[in-house]
Amino acid sequence: MKKQVAGRMPSAVILPRKSFRQRAATDFRKNWVIYLIALLCLSYYFIFRYAPMGGLAIAFKNYRPARGLWGSSWVGFKWFEQFFSSYYFPRLLRNTLTINLLSLIIGSSLPILLALLLNEVRSSAYKRVVQTVTYMPHFVSLVVACGIVLNLLSYNGLFNQILGLLGKSPVAFSNIPEYFPWIYVFSDVWQNLGYNTIVYLAALSAINVELFDAAAIDGCNRFQRILHVTVPGILPTIILLLLMKVGSMMSIGYEKIILLYNDAVLERADVFSSFVYRYGMLGGNYSYSAAVDLFNNAVNILLLVIFNAISRRASDISLW
Amino acid sequence: MMKPRKCASDQWNYGRISLGSHVFDTFNVIGLGLLCLLMIYPLWYVLCCSFSDPSMLMRHKGILLFPLNFSLGGYEKVLNYKRLWGSYLVTFFVVIVGTGLNMFFSILFAFVLSRRDLLWHKLITGLAVFTMYFSGGMIPTYLVVKAVGLYDTVWAMIIPGLISTYNCIILRTAFYGIPDSLEESARIDGAGDLRVLFTICVPLIIPSVATVALFYAVGHWNAWSSALLYIRNEKLMPLQMVLRALLIQGEAVEVTGGQDLQTELNNMLLKYVVIVVSTVPILCVYPFIQRFFTKGVMIGAVKG
Repeated sequence: MKKQVAGRMPSAVILPRKSFRQRAATDFRKNWVIYLIALLCLSYYFIFRYAPMGGLAIAFKNYRPARGLWGSSWVGFKWFEQFFSSYYFPRLLRNTLTINLLSLIIGSSLPILLALLLNEVRSSAYKRVVQTVTYMPHFVSLVVACGIVLNLLSYNGLFNQILGLLGKSPVAFSNIPEYFPWIYVFSDVWQNLGYNTIVYLAALSAINVELFDAAAIDGCNRFQRILHVTVPGILPTIILLLLMKVGSMMSIGYEKIILLYNDAVLERADVFSSFVYRYGMLGGNYSYSAAVDLFNNAVNILLLVIFNAISRRASDISLW
Repeated sequence: MMKPRKCASDQWNYGRISLGSHVFDTFNVIGLGLLCLLMIYPLWYVLCCSFSDPSMLMRHKGILLFPLNFSLGGYEKVLNYKRLWGSYLVTFFVVIVGTGLNMFFSILFAFVLSRRDLLWHKLITGLAVFTMYFSGGMIPTYLVVKAVGLYDTVWAMIIPGLISTYNCIILRTAFYGIPDSLEESARIDGAGDLRVLFTICVPLIIPSVATVALFYAVGHWNAWSSALLYIRNEKLMPLQMVLRALLIQGEAVEVTGGQDLQTELNNMLLKYVVIVVSTVPILCVYPFIQRFFTKGVMIGAVKG
């Protein structure tokens, strides 16, 4: 808790500042209802958000459910050392970075492109139709979306029906490890392309139209106007979103991974979070997988802080 | 008089149209149309399959544009599928009760966060925002849920995600927009904090409240990971978990024991039907809630 400096004011000020205790008392008398509500809500945070952080101690212990958190013995960095020297670590690292890099390149650039193209559509009715339709897959739940994707890729699914038309023998797409990152990223594009353009379209609509007039008077053609007015107009938004994406380079949620993967593609599909789920929740190795999770979370927050600082230095754009 | 603008960078606004611009427009419109077809086709395909004859579907090659030998057989079978409808009830309960509780606590907490005059304002905000960037992770949270006795109860799908800091920030931003004078006048008339909140502030930010409520509701509708981690009882499984069992893990819809071709065909058909039955309700309300979502994205994009 930050210590408040009690009233040491220059002597020129006539009214001396009240001491911290006095101010706290007045504040509490005035706002006690608010503090009561705050206590109620913060108790949720303490139980379900901060208690698990304290529970991370099991990453440094040999946790046995029978002995409880306090009764288990300390083992220091044993689990971390074990994880870093296992063959899982390079594999999980490679898969996490591959999938995130692909989705950074493909998943982040396509919404920008779509927003720019939509911005050039003359008929506002057509624009709205395209927006509504591309936005639609976002409302299909993740489970169903993955179910549809796996179905389309299955032996008698759409893709193999098309291959059959071309006279090719069927391929089990979802069982080929090398395809997994692409399936993951493109199914993400399908679900979220329309949704991700919203923020760019809003940034586009905020551009001052006089800038286009000025560019036209200066002799810019349509393409040059896009390049020199439209793109710089949404550049801060692009940078902010890229920053968030790069900052979360090491994190992938386990939900979609465990929906899409199977034992055949584990080698390319397994990431930190899915590993934690499989080893911790299914395998019961609580301490070991909590250590993996802690490592992953720590790297994530570190990356976020670093990239935020870089961006703030370079462009004055930052998350906080 | 200036002509109304149709498109910001458009040359038509400036009186001369080059051939290149026309060509670009044509390709742009056609390209976006193709994109739409590509996006919508998987959904259409599933819809067509669900109305098709499964044995014809099995032999089919190439793209499917319309149902093959239109039949409602799959839908008749799904009507009797008790497990699906039971999970529907669980999901309805979680959506309604969960969203209600979410909103109650989020509004309260957002109101606290919006009170910049509090001495401890920064500390309270900091405690909440920190959890957006760092968490204890899956295993310790699981142990806490178990320790407080929520494990394998329907509340395990509601209480651990009671307050979303992100949504609270959306609401807080909306509270910030209310002029102080309104609150002050109510206070002079003798209203307490809670009265100010529920009779003055909340009615003024109804659009934001609706947006956040939708975020929570759609979140609950789509949620399955809390059930995956905290629920064992088959009767408490929400819709999405049952869908996962059917669509992803390839569990048979009908447990008739027989592994003959007819059962297999039926199971394939029923998968499509189940997708349609579980997705159509949300796609029906989707045109109405789309604008709220758009709005929510925008508020979220503004720095808290």
